Amino acid sequence: MGNIDVGENINIKKIMHVMRHAPHGTIYTYEGLEMILIMAAYEQDLSVAFIGDGVYALKKDQNTAAIGIKGFAKTFMALDGYDVEKLYVDQLSLEERGLTEDDLLVKVEVLGSGEIGKLMNEQDVVIHH
Amino acid sequence: MKIGILLKEGPYNHQASDSAYKFAEAAIKKGHTVDAVFLYNDGVSNVTKLMDPPQDDRNIAARWDALHKQHGVEILACIAASKRRGISDEVLIEGASITGLGTLTDIAIRNDRLITFGD
Repeated sequence: MGNIDVGENINIKKIMHVMRHAPHGTIYTYEGLEMILIMAAYEQDLSVAFIGDGVYALKKDQNTAAIGIKGFAKTFMALDGYDVEKLYVDQLSLEERGLTEDDLLVKVEVLGSGEIGKLMNEQDVVIHH
Repeated sequence: MKIGILLKEGPYNHQASDSAYKFAEAAIKKGHTVDAVFLYNDGVSNVTKLMDPPQDDRNIAARWDALHKQHGVEILACIAASKRRGISDEVLIEGASITGLGTLTDIAIRNDRLITFGD
C-alpha cells in the first residue's frame, strides 16, 4: 500500500488528441470530442491540444441555433469531470485569430508551438481530428 | 513492429484510404504485423459491399476485405460513426465488423504504433 507498482501502470499510455478544425463546418471536432469522452473511461493519460482553427472550439458565446446543428462547446467544460485536465492551446494560433485566453470557455495551458511539439514527442499516441 | 491504423476519411474522395491501404501492404511486406484498421468519421464508408466502382478502377471495399482474409488484419468500423452514415451489418463486407471506440482505445494500447490517416 502506498508504493507505486510500476507493473500496474505499464499499460497506461500517453494519448494526445489534436483539434485542428473550427468546431463547425466539418464533423472532425465533434466526433473527436466523442472519441475523447470514450477514451477517458479507459484511464489512460489523455491530453488535448488545440492548434490552428482548432482553438475556435473553445471560444466563449458560441450559438449554433442559426445553422440547426447541436452546439457542443459546453461539453469541453465537462472534460474536467472525466479527468481530462490537460488542455493545451497554441499561443500563435490564438494571436493569429485575435483571441486571448479570456475568450476561452475553459481553463487551459497556453503554450508556444515548440512546447506543444515537445509534448507531442513525449506521447505514445497522437490522434489528430 | 505491431501496428494499428486509424482511417478517418471515406473512399475515393480523399487519398487517405488509399494511403492507409498502401501503408498496410508495405508494412506487412516488410515483416511488420498490422493488427487492425479502425474506421472513424467518414472512414466507415470504406467497407460497404454496395460499393460498385467502374471496372477499371480499384474497389476499395474489396481491397480491405482481401487484406483481412489474406493477412488477418481486423477491419473495424466505429458503431457511432456508422450509425450516423447508414453503415450497418447488412451492408458490411464479410471481412469487416462494427465495434465501439473502446476497441480503438485497446488498439492504441496494445500496438507499438497507431498510425492515423486523414485530412
